[in-house]
Parts: sequence; structure tokens; C-alpha cells
Amino acid sequence: MQLARVIGTVVATVKNDSLEGRKLLIVQSLDANLQPQGSPLVALDAIGAGTGELIVWCRGKEASFPFRREDTPTDCTIIAIVDSNKHVTQGRR
Amino acid sequence: MILARVIGNVVATQKNERYQNARVMLCQPLSLEGEETGATLVALDSVDSGVGDTVLIVQEGWGASTAATKEPGAAIDSAIVGVVDYIDLLAADKEGERR
Repeated sequence: MQLARVIGTVVATVKNDSLEGRKLLIVQSLDANLQPQGSPLVALDAIGAGTGELIVWCRGKEASFPFRREDTPTDCTIIAIVDSNKHVTQGRR
Repeated sequence: MILARVIGNVVATQKNERYQNARVMLCQPLSLEGEETGATLVALDSVDSGVGDTVLIVQEGWGASTAATKEPGAAIDSAIVGVVDYIDLLAADKEGERR
């Protein structure tokens, strides 16, 4: 799982039936200092995230578990919205 | 999922039986700006995409297999699961000032 910022949305009318009604968001992964790290990815939203929000996403087969896991094709799913930048702390508080 | 452009298709008469009736597409990954990035890849189509389309590709075996062949367990690691109409980016990101 990784921290990321939602930086945009993707609109795709023609898509796999299992993705019908699902929100597709572009996420930019962040490091522990909330600086961009790696290339942006397209993620399926499972939690109601929106553009600009700090989120946590999950990769792999497990990414389909919040949905109908047998047939939802996703490798990147948003599973949490971080309360704010200040809610990411390192070391002893 | 990654963004990519369909740049061609691949015809293979002799192939894994689970690939029967599948459309095998050659795809070029894209950056958010639409520039080509990274190595081209082969993906099975599940949405009737065509050459020139910008598409979403899932790179996870189970999901890719289910999307492209309706059954899990095929030797597939990439499937096209959507055709992109358009992308909306935060204004700051359009100017390259990613937060």
C-alpha cells in the first residue's frame, strides 16, 4: 500500500462491465515526506475519494477485494482517505 | 491501471487455448501528457478497442484473465479494460507543479 495524492479523473464510457458506475482517479504516489515518487497511475475508487485528496491505495489482486472480487479487473484501488497532511507522521510524535 | 495507446494488434494462430477468440493488442504506455513512456506491451482486449484508442490496462493476472476471457487462471497479465474519453487534471498539475 502507498500514500498518494489524487491529481485527476479519467472518463471512460466504454469499459469492462464490472467497472460500470465505478470512479477512476489518477493518483500520484508520494514518499514519506509527501513528495511525488514514481509515475502516476489510474486507480479504482472504493471509498469516495476526490481530486486533491491524500489517499492510500492498494495494489495487486487484493485491490479487487472491496468490489466483486471474482470479476472486478483492478490492480490499483483507493482504500482510505488520509485526514490531512498532518496526519502523516514519522518517528515519535 | 496504466494509460496506454493501442498501436497495433498481434496475430498468432498457434497460441494457448485460453487465448482463443481473444484480440491481442500491441500497446504503448503513455504519460498523463500523452507522451510515450516505457516499453511497449502486449495486452488482451476486453472492450473492443482499436488502433489509436487511449485505453486503461490492468496489470494483475486474475483481473486481467477474468476481464479478457471471462474466467480466471489463464496465462494473462495485462488486459485492456476501458477506452479513455478524456482526463481531467488538477490545474496545478497541468503546469507541472505537482504537490
